[in-house]
Amino acid sequence: MSFLLLIEQILNGLQSGVMLFLMSAGLTLIFGVMGLINLAHGSLYMVGAFAAAAVAAATGSFTLALIAALAAAALAGVLVEIVVIRRLYARDHLDQVLATFALILIFSEGTRWLFGSFPLYLDVPRALSGPVHLPGGIAYPAYRLAIIGIGFAVAAALFLLIAKTRVGMRIRAGESDREMIGALGVNISVLYTAVFALGAGLAGFAGALVGAIQSVQVGMGEPVLILAFVTIVIGGIGSIRGAFVGALLVGLTDTLGRVLLPVAFGTFMDPSAATSIGAALSSMSIYILMAGVLLFKPTGLYGSA
Amino acid sequence: MGRREFLINTVLALGLLVVPLWAHVNDQPYIITLTTKVAILALAGVGLNLALGLGGLVSLGHAMFFGIGGYAAGILASHAQSYAPLMEWPFTVEGTQSMPVIWMVALFASALAALVTGALSLRTSGVYFIMITLAFGQMFFYFTISWPAYGGEDGLSIYVRDHFPGLNTLVPIQFFAITYVLLGIALFVVARIARSGFGLALNAARQNETRVRAVGIEPYRLRLAAFVISGTITGLAGALFADLNRFVSPTMFSWQTSGEIMVFVILGGVARLFGPVAGAALFILLEEVLGGLSDYWHIYLGVLLLVVVLFARGGLIGLLAGEGKGDD
Repeated sequence: MSFLLLIEQILNGLQSGVMLFLMSAGLTLIFGVMGLINLAHGSLYMVGAFAAAAVAAATGSFTLALIAALAAAALAGVLVEIVVIRRLYARDHLDQVLATFALILIFSEGTRWLFGSFPLYLDVPRALSGPVHLPGGIAYPAYRLAIIGIGFAVAAALFLLIAKTRVGMRIRAGESDREMIGALGVNISVLYTAVFALGAGLAGFAGALVGAIQSVQVGMGEPVLILAFVTIVIGGIGSIRGAFVGALLVGLTDTLGRVLLPVAFGTFMDPSAATSIGAALSSMSIYILMAGVLLFKPTGLYGSA
Repeated sequence: MGRREFLINTVLALGLLVVPLWAHVNDQPYIITLTTKVAILALAGVGLNLALGLGGLVSLGHAMFFGIGGYAAGILASHAQSYAPLMEWPFTVEGTQSMPVIWMVALFASALAALVTGALSLRTSGVYFIMITLAFGQMFFYFTISWPAYGGEDGLSIYVRDHFPGLNTLVPIQFFAITYVLLGIALFVVARIARSGFGLALNAARQNETRVRAVGIEPYRLRLAAFVISGTITGLAGALFADLNRFVSPTMFSWQTSGEIMVFVILGGVARLFGPVAGAALFILLEEVLGGLSDYWHIYLGVLLLVVVLFARGGLIGLLAGEGKGDD
């Protein structure tokens, strides 16, 4: 294992971490403000990726594709919130799980019906398709580096939005006391729709960005959804900062585990056994991390009881 | 349980028996296989219903136990088929194709998994619990995919269905009889549990944890016991499902499987003894009817589920039996 490869893997871990943050931030906001567990968040990620792939195929512009992803996912979010989700805020978690599970079925099959079962491909924009030469002789794909940058920028913007703006103030107020801000004259149902649309837009944006690295297909959202759940359990539900720390931890653990564990086992085992045990263990590494955090802090790193 | 619900349960129990017998007489093996599937999926749902309905534990990870039961059957059978011992040190363990032995292993393995994951997940509650059980289920899913010894992503085939002493399990109606009897036993056990002191305390802990604590009962231990029993029943269903398909694959562990088991419970009616039976029957019926009409039948399933959750919370049995569950 060379040092250069390690740096490259750390960058990969950061890249998957910041994308995971875009997913988890929406989930954790929606839970924090509305008290809703949304399994269909992965479907919004998928909607973003499909919208981006369709627009990129039609226009050839990656920027337009990203805008389309953001808009389509946010629009789908608004629609779903008004038609279904709104009725679930007062329900228990079981009803929320089931209704949003039903939404996944509808979204997934609907997308399959519209676009077919074959994966679509979204090309990386030409300007970012080559490698970037980093100091120390590391050649790293420019697009992935751009994703890391965009991820951090969105995270910073989100922190500013929540900490400094009027909307952010209302969101924070909604997290601490829903009834009170309603009583103070804030239109709570508009606020809820806006928060849901914000979360949905972030998920769709992440879907489009990741869609250019992986393929765009039905069911792409659910593995990410489950990673996002692990992330916010680790970070503490409702905490944006927790989601950020958790996302980077999960991204790095997952990526580095896949590379380092087989190598570590290889030092005292024969290579083929080390590869299979290392691969099997690394697939479990983030769940072991989650279990470890729960043992010491059942409400996550930044969670409140 | 009201009189109407008792009547519905009787009709369901008899219906599940009469349909395959009719199919046997009229030589319709496919219908027997479908009803066997209903019995097995209902058994998985009966397991979840204990945790979900009685204990209020919204587990989205029951595919974990379903898969463990399935793989217990698949792994033991694959070793018996290849005559390679499962392990040789410190003592030799051979594979087996005997159902009772496989069931014991499946029960034990799923109980152990439920004990470990339950002990961890029950430290939390509410939405954390949902996410954590889901995550543990996925952990097993990815583990089976990346573990090459037992087929990895491709799964394992059981070439000849496992044996049960005195029966020919390859005859559909005889295999159905096994699943029907096991479902009956599980329903009996769960009904007894619900009426026992343990069941009452568990139900009370779901409704008002503080009060239960105040009379000196620790909800954590009740819930852990319920979660283990629940996981064990679902694990047994997994072993039977493996034998029904003569195939196991990581799909059994997938989160969609967890979701579907939950859907049986909900479509039928949460906390109703026969809810999972009604739900599994309805699910298979829909799969056959709607699946024949359209490749995208999951859309209709999704819409139906949405309607049930939003507007008909008692599920099928709640709709037919009318009266409330007698709590909440």
